[in-house]
Amino acid sequence: MALLEVHDLEVNYGVIRAIKGISFEVNEGEIVTLIGANGAGKTTTMQSTVGLIPKKAGKVIFDGNDITKVPCHKIVHLGMTQVPEGRRIFQELTVYENLLMGAYSIKDKSGFKNDIESVYERFPRLAERRNQIAGTLSGGEQQMLAMGRAIMSHPKLLMLDEPSMGLSPLLVDQVFEIIKQINKDGTTVLLVEQNAGKSLAISDRAYVLENGEIVLSGTGKELSESEMVKKAYLGG
Amino acid sequence: MEVLEFILSVIVNGLSQGGIYAMIAIGYTMVYGIAKLLNFAHGDIIMVAAYTIIVTVNTSMPIGVSLPLSILLSIVICVLLGVAIEKVAYKPLRGASPLAVLITAIGVSYLLQSIAQIIFGTAPKMTAKLDLGAFKLFGVPVKFSAIITLVITVLVMVGLTMFVKKSRTGRAMVAVSEDRGAAQLMGINVNKIITITFIIGSALAALAGFCSIIEAPSVTSTFGSMPGIKAFTAAVIGGIGSIPGAMLGGIMLGIVECIANKIPVIAPYTDAIEFSILIIILLVKPTGFLGKKRREKV
Ligand SMILES: Nc1ncnc2c1ncn2[C@@H]1O[C@H](COP(=O)(O)OP(=O)(O)OP(=O)(O)O)[C@@H](O)[C@H]1O
Ligand SMILES: [Mg+2]
Repeated sequence: MALLEVHDLEVNYGVIRAIKGISFEVNEGEIVTLIGANGAGKTTTMQSTVGLIPKKAGKVIFDGNDITKVPCHKIVHLGMTQVPEGRRIFQELTVYENLLMGAYSIKDKSGFKNDIESVYERFPRLAERRNQIAGTLSGGEQQMLAMGRAIMSHPKLLMLDEPSMGLSPLLVDQVFEIIKQINKDGTTVLLVEQNAGKSLAISDRAYVLENGEIVLSGTGKELSESEMVKKAYLGG
Repeated sequence: MEVLEFILSVIVNGLSQGGIYAMIAIGYTMVYGIAKLLNFAHGDIIMVAAYTIIVTVNTSMPIGVSLPLSILLSIVICVLLGVAIEKVAYKPLRGASPLAVLITAIGVSYLLQSIAQIIFGTAPKMTAKLDLGAFKLFGVPVKFSAIITLVITVLVMVGLTMFVKKSRTGRAMVAVSEDRGAAQLMGINVNKIITITFIIGSALAALAGFCSIIEAPSVTSTFGSMPGIKAFTAAVIGGIGSIPGAMLGGIMLGIVECIANKIPVIAPYTDAIEFSILIIILLVKPTGFLGKKRREKV
């Protein structure tokens, strides 16, 4: 049984049909990527899966539970966390307080010290800046913080919406390396990316989203060799 | 002597009037920051508190017993009323246009005033029991009511600041006011946080109602209107959405009001002066003193 199963998901914005009935799944331990161009519906898929925006139709099963109608804050308690598009860290709070917010859903506070130390180990930049107001961090540091904040809740499934957006090539490599590490340490990952090359390279499987529909799926390797993906997403 | 009296009275009366405005302004600003709505019925909660206290304190019990009980009762009633208003009037309108919410808020305000008129009539309700007297400080008379208000204000400000900074729920409030969607992604129940916000705002409005009637123990159905509007002004001056801003704006407005009232030539124009300050500040710094520009997100 897959960790996440999405069946025939449909999402509308008013009369606009943004997602037109897509199905995909993420198995335990995998890195799965949804690739697609601007406006394909990647963010919409991510946000409706986690319950942030309402679904018109379809079914979402997470870890054996039907979460189709469960509100977002409860889904997080079940072990699904998302690093949203644009990071959306809490600008007015410090780095430390942001990480504290990340652990909001954890009732047992006894592991908090360890958790925060392991985030600081993974992201040494955050350790140096723990008392800095998050809004004053650089873009790369904010991405690190958003990822650190997300893993503070011990997710079974970590969803990342375009984590490489706006970062320098060096930082992009670093972010993908960290995602690989987080996955190795036991967290399943669902990734949304426009950077198809790098994301397919670390993915077990991937789906291609176009105009709210899945047009292609396969292993990371298969897709990076597919003519269609090469043409549309890998620049030739 | 004249100068000393002036300064002392501005400090005591200005700060205590400012404290009342600040306590009301905090309710406006928290609800705006977290639920993104202007709760224009907030001022009328003060009126409900004042009626509750004036009705229940007029019993045969000694004031030392009946007054604390009345205050407690007024807080309970105002909190229940505030939560009920949120659930019945505002919650169904989440996601509706801001104009619809605003009109609803004004409607709730008139509804409360009309109910008060039906129950208590139009004549002011008064009591002599709540005149707490005065004492002399450096030969200047100071009302006990002003001192009580000052003490309550300081306790409220310190308590609330600690709560917001240090508690899990307080931090969740900051998170929701900054980015509701991201807050949900942390596992925060936004509806619960909004309810807590209305509870705190209504309790503070009840305290403000108490502080207002020991200052002038006469209540009508519009008792909360002017303080409500002034406190809203204070919240905007301080930067709507900001709790320290509401405190600062409230205290500032109280002091300005007190000084203006002391100078005979400009005393009749006190209200006009206060609202002019609002306009000037909005022109010079549209976000208020401590307010921030915010992007709105899903
Ligand atoms: N709040 C909204 N109201 C109306 N339409 C929207 C809204 N949000 C997204 N859309 C539309 O839905 C479609 C999918 O948008 P979505 O943000 O999911 O795309 P995306 O694949 O994440 O794009 P990008 O790579 O640019 O982030 C787009 O056509 C977009 O214009
Ligand atoms: Mg997107």
